[in-house]
Amino acid sequence: MRYALKIALRHLAATPGQSALLMLGVAMGVSVFIFMSALIGGLATLLTARTVGNIPHIVFEMRERDPRPLVAGAQVQMAVQKDLSRRAQIRVWEPAVRLIDATPGITAVSPQIRGGAFLQRGQAIVSVGVVGTQPDKLSAIADVGRAIVAGQAALPPDGVLVGQTLADDLGLRIGQIVRMRSERGRDRNVRIGGIFSLGMANVDRQVVYMNFHAARALFDLPSGISRIEVKVAPAQAAPRLADRLRRATGLKTTPWTDENEQLFEALDAQGRTGTIIKGFALVTIVIGIASAMLLSIVRRRAEIGIMRAMGASRRLVLGIFVLEGTLIGTIGAVGGALLAWLALAPFPPIEAVPPGGLPVDRAQGDYLVAILLTALAAIFASLLSARRATRIDPVEAIGQ
Amino acid sequence: MSAQPLVSVKGLSKRFGEGEAAATVLHDITLDLEQGELYALLGPSGSGKSTLLTILGTLLRPSGGSHIMLGQDLNAASDRERTRFRSVHIGFVFQFHHLLPDLTAVENVMMPAAAAAGKESAAMRSRASDLLNAVGLADRRDYRPAALSGGQRQRVAVARALMNAPELVLADEPTGNLDRDSAMQVMALIERVNRETGTCFLISTHDERIAEHCRRRIALEDGHLA
Repeated sequence: MRYALKIALRHLAATPGQSALLMLGVAMGVSVFIFMSALIGGLATLLTARTVGNIPHIVFEMRERDPRPLVAGAQVQMAVQKDLSRRAQIRVWEPAVRLIDATPGITAVSPQIRGGAFLQRGQAIVSVGVVGTQPDKLSAIADVGRAIVAGQAALPPDGVLVGQTLADDLGLRIGQIVRMRSERGRDRNVRIGGIFSLGMANVDRQVVYMNFHAARALFDLPSGISRIEVKVAPAQAAPRLADRLRRATGLKTTPWTDENEQLFEALDAQGRTGTIIKGFALVTIVIGIASAMLLSIVRRRAEIGIMRAMGASRRLVLGIFVLEGTLIGTIGAVGGALLAWLALAPFPPIEAVPPGGLPVDRAQGDYLVAILLTALAAIFASLLSARRATRIDPVEAIGQ
Repeated sequence: MSAQPLVSVKGLSKRFGEGEAAATVLHDITLDLEQGELYALLGPSGSGKSTLLTILGTLLRPSGGSHIMLGQDLNAASDRERTRFRSVHIGFVFQFHHLLPDLTAVENVMMPAAAAAGKESAAMRSRASDLLNAVGLADRRDYRPAALSGGQRQRVAVARALMNAPELVLADEPTGNLDRDSAMQVMALIERVNRETGTCFLISTHDERIAEHCRRRIALEDGHLA
């Protein structure tokens, strides 16, 4: 193969402009491949991060206690009455929190008391959802601390944090006292300690964060809690951990993936679109290299004939043109990967992408895959055309 | 000369095409080529000289008859065996030099050996340099064909034909594309190589002045030995 490689290199060096143009063509195809990988990967990362960034990855709640039928079978007609005689709450929650907190992969745990309430200012009454949380867990799920636009991210017993939209709707300001009535009919005055803007319309309009103990009194839950919210890393591990912890705690668990199927469908469709575009890029490379090789073979028909006449085997001839195409493909692929790496350098990391910016993740460029696939495509394309070179009849080619 | 001929063909024929369109180019050719001889293959254009050379060079299979060289029945050999045999025992010089344009003179001379071995070696380079020296082109060893004159290219082609020290060199109109002076230089070279190495040459030509350099003559007319 050393001699075949030498001849292949001489062929490439004989027409440097044409060889460079071919390699540039391959490089452009590979750049498109890598750019698409980086863009689709980056977009998926961005969408996932923005979707799961401020929501719990797993929610733990009490299992429903509806009565289970004792008789099973199709012949029995029955009606199951939903059990509404008891409040849905996790009574023994502290051991569950400890167990969850000690599980590898869990990054944050937030026991919460939740309920509906009305916030009244003057004649305006607004329905809100109250999240009672321990002060040190305020930013465990949604990063409320960073989202504060006025006041402080603190939860004293009489203080609440309200969303920006809610504050605008009621004309609330820091330090103002408003009246709150819970769904359990309990009233209390609360002081606006902070205003946040998480960028999620329903949360900024309807959610009020409250001190855990104050919420306990407001919602008449002396010992139990409504739910436990946790975060996991990586977020994709949520279904597996949810299943495992459901069995360990006996609680009902809901991973974030169950409620975001549309996101996965969109990411999947996006990934398939990217694969099709990348496939087209590879097909273009194959066609480009195969046609270049065919042209080279036609142009060098007499040379191939003379080599065959002088005793060169078909294998040597095949080797020369396969190596020639493979060199074009591989050098072009490496050049394209380098080009893409440099071209993607100015794009900011995903976490710093500004609104409306292209979420291109340089690290997800699939550089090695692009180089490997292109090299394989080049070998395939060269083989297609090089087989023709081996069939050249030396007598016809030499024209003697 | 040895008792056994270098090449022996008997009843050789070659037909191209099928049915009514078939044309027989060679008819019942029987001849022997002796080792160390210098033959002229004479005949007008279309007499079958080139076809006979390509058959003797194992580039083409005959339609009938036997073809034996160095005791080996080449008609019975596979394509791979014929390729291998050709690379070791037969050299070619064509009317157009057919040097590889991307290789230097010395690399062109080395090509038959390197192509067979799959690599070049110092020994090959040394022999190729010696051959270029022998054909008077030692100072042109690193020149590409485009930088050589027609006569120089044909001398490189002669050196290439001798690279594997073949017993037989088939030359098809080797001077047909050269001016008179260059043609005479190439013929003088062939005579000298034949004399010094004992390589058998079969030179196809329709030029009587070229044939005068050869000791033996074979004449073809309409595909028949004349």
